[in-house]
Amino acid sequence: MSDRRIIPIGPYHPLQEEPELFRLEVDGETVVDLDVEVGWNHRGIEKLCETKTYDQVPFVVERICGICSTSHPLAYVQAVEDAGNIEVPERALYIRTLVAELERLHSHLLWVGLAGHFLGYNTVWMWSWKYREPILDICETVTGNRNHYAMMKVGGVRRDILPEHVDYILSRLPEIEKFADLIKGAVLDDPVLHARLKGVGVMTADDIHDYGAVGPTSRASGVPGDVRRDDPYAAYGLVDWDVICVPQGDVFAKAVVRVLEMYETIKIIKGCLEKMPAGEIDSKPKVVAPGEGIGRHEAPRGEVFHYVRSDGTNRPIRHKIRAPTYVNLPTYKTSVIGESITDATIILAAIDPCYCCTERMAVYKHKGDPNEPIMTGSDLVRLSQEKTARLRKEFGL
Amino acid sequence: MIEDIVKEIKKAVGKWIKGVTIKNSQRVYIDIDPAGVREVATYLWKDRGARYSIATAIDNRTNFEVQHHLSLDREGGAMVSLRSILDRDKPSMPSLAPVIKASDWIEREMSELMGIEFVGHPDMRRLLLSSEHWPEGVYPLRKDFKA
Repeated sequence: MSDRRIIPIGPYHPLQEEPELFRLEVDGETVVDLDVEVGWNHRGIEKLCETKTYDQVPFVVERICGICSTSHPLAYVQAVEDAGNIEVPERALYIRTLVAELERLHSHLLWVGLAGHFLGYNTVWMWSWKYREPILDICETVTGNRNHYAMMKVGGVRRDILPEHVDYILSRLPEIEKFADLIKGAVLDDPVLHARLKGVGVMTADDIHDYGAVGPTSRASGVPGDVRRDDPYAAYGLVDWDVICVPQGDVFAKAVVRVLEMYETIKIIKGCLEKMPAGEIDSKPKVVAPGEGIGRHEAPRGEVFHYVRSDGTNRPIRHKIRAPTYVNLPTYKTSVIGESITDATIILAAIDPCYCCTERMAVYKHKGDPNEPIMTGSDLVRLSQEKTARLRKEFGL
Repeated sequence: MIEDIVKEIKKAVGKWIKGVTIKNSQRVYIDIDPAGVREVATYLWKDRGARYSIATAIDNRTNFEVQHHLSLDREGGAMVSLRSILDRDKPSMPSLAPVIKASDWIEREMSELMGIEFVGHPDMRRLLLSSEHWPEGVYPLRKDFKA
């Protein structure tokens, strides 16, 4: 006798801090059907962008995602440059590539950590997130922020990379390479992960083509699509690197692609630092001529697509945005049906659905001696204890 | 290179093509008869192995425009956009979803945000707007939408 039940996950579900509703229909332990409901937090950004000037839009689209926060502005500025035939100085192209690759590096580490956490392999989670910090340090030093870098602008970039930044990045890359080796060993050489992830959530190359899936999701199924190589932009055609592609299509293959991509990313960063020419970083365009343009960028999760139409005024009359998860998420239907409910979580996590998790401590300017900390460690402990005491009182505990 | 690809496209599905703009080697816009969208898109997607990337709906005030963007990943990575111009009063065109699954969500989205009908779509539920709280017949991405 069949024992079909529906298990709802969401819309405020414990896996990702982003509202989505998955209705998993299960027969015993096996998932037999799936329905995905999105739109719980539709923000109307495309409409909003029609009311902003070309220079304001990057700040809006930067906030679409807290992890790939430079991917959307990069695709957007390329769309505007395509529409208005705007030139970009070569140095700016290298800086764009550098920032985008730093982002990929920390995003992939974040994914490895989350995937480990979902599997109960918390050592990998803690290592990945710990070793993600040096990369965020680099981001902060170079751009002024750990995320939301505000580097991209139409015609170039907003901030230059200073010579001391180049030295700083080069001085920290060896430790990042060491961490990458550590993560590679912990993930790819672990017999438990092989047993747990191989043959799970398999997607064939035909499935990928049907759904138009992109990024590591497609490259783990033997489809070597990568906008950086297929339609080169920024400095991707100017430095040496390889597309990572494996044929198996299961969750383990997606981990392999992301882990190995970290090494290619380090290669691109080194190439950029080596070849970056001196010169202007902004062509300072004054107007965007009427026209239409498409900008694409290979974000950590796959192709980000922006379409912009200009009528010659200072704001776009249409701005279409497509994030990679929009095409990757529907593939869940193919990958999860027939699998055990136990594996549903990791199969979903394998496409790296994008969510915003950027919480940031504010830093205040010190009025007195700048070397003196505003708050010491013991001050923070005291604050925490005071708050606990206040809550105890409030609840009569 | 891109000129050769366009020539082949014209040879295969030329009867639906009204005009071609080659903006540069990586961006091509093909004006098509909306009635033939399925044939042209299927040719690119199936016969040429192009990846269906996404579609854009545009309100031009006098008419509606739908562009299906397909990426020729295996042939130099150019983006081919199939442009269909639709009637302002009753915008409607054939759906690609029965053939190309990747167009399923975006057609649902264009239908609810721009009010364009996709004939033959297998599952035309709302995607982003709440079916309980958003009124029927109000399309927020249209230019005449008032909040």
